[in-house]
Amino acid sequence: MTKSGFVIANLFRKRTRTILTLLSVIMAFLLFGLLQSVNHVFNAGADFVGATRLMVQARVSFTSPLPISMVAKLEAVPGVARVAYSQWFGGVWQENTPLFVFSVDPLRYRDVYPEYVMPDAQWQAFAKTRTAMIAGRQLADQYRWKVGQKIPISSNIFPQKNGSKAWAFDLVGIYDGKDEDWKKRTNVAFISHDYFDEANQFGMKGRTNFFILKLSDGTQAEAVSKRVDALFENSPDETKTQTEKDFNLGFVKQIGDIGLIVRWILFAVFFTLLLVVGNTMAQSVRERVPELAVLKTLGFTDGSVLGFVLAEALALCLFGGLLGLLLATTLGAMIEKGSGRQFQLRLDAWVWSIGVAAIVLMSVAVGLLPALRARRLRIVDALAGH
Amino acid sequence: MLSQALAITGINLKSIPAHWASSLVIVIGLAGVVAVFTALLAMATGFESTLKSTGRTDAVIVMRGGSETELNSALDTDSSELIKQGAGIRAGADGKPLASAEMMVIAELIRKDDVKNGANITVRGVEPAAFALRPQLKIVAGRSFTTGLRELIVGRGVLRQFQGAELGKVVRMRGSDWTVVGVFESGDAHDSELWTDINVARTTFGRNGSSSVLAALDGPDGFEKLKSGLAAEPRLTVDAVREQDYFSGQTKQFRKSIGFLAGVVTLIMALGAVFAALNSMYAAVAARTKEIATLRAIGFGGLPVLISVMLEALLLALIGGLLGALIAYVLFNGLSVSTLGENFTQVVFDFKVTPELVERGLIIAVVIGMIGGLLPAIRAARQPVTTSLREL
Amino acid sequence: MSESMVQVRSVTKVYERGKQKIEVLHGLTLDIPSGDFVALMGPSGSGKTTLLNLIGGLDKPTSGEIVVGGSRIDQLSSGKLAHWRAHNVGFVFQFYNLMPVLSAEGNVELPLLLTKLTSAQRKKNVAVALAVVGLADRAKHKPKELSGGQEQRVAIARALVSDPQLLVCDEPTGDLDRKTADEILGLLQVLNREHRKTIVIVTHDPKAAEFARRTLHLEKGQLLEQAA
Repeated sequence: MTKSGFVIANLFRKRTRTILTLLSVIMAFLLFGLLQSVNHVFNAGADFVGATRLMVQARVSFTSPLPISMVAKLEAVPGVARVAYSQWFGGVWQENTPLFVFSVDPLRYRDVYPEYVMPDAQWQAFAKTRTAMIAGRQLADQYRWKVGQKIPISSNIFPQKNGSKAWAFDLVGIYDGKDEDWKKRTNVAFISHDYFDEANQFGMKGRTNFFILKLSDGTQAEAVSKRVDALFENSPDETKTQTEKDFNLGFVKQIGDIGLIVRWILFAVFFTLLLVVGNTMAQSVRERVPELAVLKTLGFTDGSVLGFVLAEALALCLFGGLLGLLLATTLGAMIEKGSGRQFQLRLDAWVWSIGVAAIVLMSVAVGLLPALRARRLRIVDALAGH
Repeated sequence: MLSQALAITGINLKSIPAHWASSLVIVIGLAGVVAVFTALLAMATGFESTLKSTGRTDAVIVMRGGSETELNSALDTDSSELIKQGAGIRAGADGKPLASAEMMVIAELIRKDDVKNGANITVRGVEPAAFALRPQLKIVAGRSFTTGLRELIVGRGVLRQFQGAELGKVVRMRGSDWTVVGVFESGDAHDSELWTDINVARTTFGRNGSSSVLAALDGPDGFEKLKSGLAAEPRLTVDAVREQDYFSGQTKQFRKSIGFLAGVVTLIMALGAVFAALNSMYAAVAARTKEIATLRAIGFGGLPVLISVMLEALLLALIGGLLGALIAYVLFNGLSVSTLGENFTQVVFDFKVTPELVERGLIIAVVIGMIGGLLPAIRAARQPVTTSLREL
Repeated sequence: MSESMVQVRSVTKVYERGKQKIEVLHGLTLDIPSGDFVALMGPSGSGKTTLLNLIGGLDKPTSGEIVVGGSRIDQLSSGKLAHWRAHNVGFVFQFYNLMPVLSAEGNVELPLLLTKLTSAQRKKNVAVALAVVGLADRAKHKPKELSGGQEQRVAIARALVSDPQLLVCDEPTGDLDRKTADEILGLLQVLNREHRKTIVIVTHDPKAAEFARRTLHLEKGQLLEQAA
């Protein structure tokens, strides 16, 4: 037996009570893990994009397209290394599964997004074949697409010249992400803008939703943004230029303050959990007053008795918390798979680290008062009281 | 037997103050579950009812074929006029078909609570018939816009969530200035919009035609007549949807997402609450071993003991549930928020804590209370009398 | 018998219960030589448990001096006192105060966690202690699986395992039947005679006087006589 063995043995003093408390902790951290990963996906997904790109859209809304002819003017802006553009296609897979599909200029896009990794031969095929399409690894794996296949995709906005909204593209390449974060971004497909422009029925020729500017100097983001917007002010195509990160964040903000909702829910959950576990710890110490006194007679100091109680609280919360986070990771992966990637619920290192921090905080919160009480215990009073 | 059960319950309840902490755990735990459940669904209900109350069944929105939303749709002038002549459309007071071509334009306003990021809202350019088609819409301040001028009327919801669009203010859109001359209220999704004259919108934004045509139906078979008439017309590829169906269809994605979220969160919290309730009730039963044994020795049956424990659990759960509903109501009912609608514009809505929602929350509380009370109740009833008395 | 193990000099103990002050011991003085086996007896409220607690370092006197094994324990801070207890005193209580979650050997091992002994060494010492009290075959049993007398033996083994010089017992036979009580008292006698432990017990049991070397009587916080 060791000191930790002793602590664990004490936890199972009242087995049912410990197990039920443990289950409550597991549930709380299961919810914590799931909600925080949702929150994280929404709010922090922007960080890793870096500061090297700017998004240019029409000032009123990105749904309002800009003329592609603006490319020349954009390339001339000091600080801009390369210009690419992309247009929302409104892709639909099979009956009604929405797909992220954009029409782009292949080589320009390749230059502006070096984080996408694909054999150059495939990029060239994309540029040369009119009806070509490239898809991200995640997307291709999900629907089991293989290079060389003809993929039928509909658009819920743009009909072809023959009036039909059903399109088909040749898959000439599958791209990967350069690292973990970018690998998560491989759920988009790209088609050739020239083909799309020519083949769609609408009078929206030569127009695009976004310009993506690659900066020659990442620290110049703000200055270049201002320059671009000033260039087009008071013209019929006023622009709004911002960093990619701000664009992503702004979009999420429009959905609502997800972070706030998550915080409120977790507040309610942990407040209750505090009560449940705190009550268990308090009861446990109350029942053991004579035993704690005996420990002191044996020579354990007041401080070490406090340590025992805190360790017990920590063991309880750690075991339940880690199990809860583990369950969240598994469940999240299952939900993600089952909903066809609609809900991105992977628990990453960030969520785990704040999870562990929460576990430690909770342990102190539920254990401190009982531990202090144990420390304060006077041997003589405690033994006499029985 | 019932009187026995009630008598025991009475004793149990009187002893609650002695171990108030355990009882508090049940009350607070259930308050939490019900509060979160109610708040999340109040959000969904509020959004749904805002959109559901928009639109009537005797009005029809006609858009370009396959667009699904007004934003994706674009009709040229000829098509718009052609649609208006369709069979099945009622005539207005002036003898002309009661229909309004409408154009959607996206504009940006600054939110009241987040000054850095603007948010998109809908500007709707309308024809005069638009007002006749929406009798629930009333101007509540200022006046309506004058045709031919760059004037706007703004919905009540816009004023609640955004700044810079108050009466008398000038809003800058796409390089042009517009004056806000009136405020309207229609009690539905239109409260999140800015309205103006469609012709002024056309010329200012360099567009022609419209996004959609809203028309009043003529009689119960008007919808069918219009649909078949439009389908038969070779010059048109359009979809006709009842106005109410259009708006309630828009909530589908949001409702599904919130419903899913609420379901998962509530389920997990409910499980946690069950464990907490079990814990507390086991503790309560253990604390009363002697009393229960004495009662049994005196002659009370096992079943009344079981019932009394369940009643205690139920009562605590119910109190917790009511507390949770109250918290949700006080904190969230009527709270105004906005989120992204189908047009990528903001829809303003209020949290709505309805009686039905409260009822559902209480049912959940009762179920949790019953599950949490059952096993401990069985243990209490099965407790052997003699060994328990020996502990005395 | 040799030099003094316990020296109590003019010790007074005053308790405060709210606003009331109760003086339980009045200027008590006594000596306990090393290797002695003393039974402290007296009516309830006589202060015998209080005196025992002071000798064992569980409490400190309000005034006076207490020297045990050469140390002035009335002057030690509570942290140092804990450390002193671990190495110098073993306690046995009326209600065995074993940890219900540990087996017999786990309970006996507990004081050794305060030492720097390795796990193997601890196990060895535990085995020895349990053998001395005659419970080697019950090592793995939990307290609830042991009889009253067996629990008390475990408690004694635990008190012995750090090899302290002094054993302090508060009503060790108070909860036992006659036969078992005699067994326990006999064990204590063996520990005193063969293992040279100084033992002080507080007891109501008149038979205890037969097993001890001498008896001290307390009444109202003062020693009455020193019998041989």
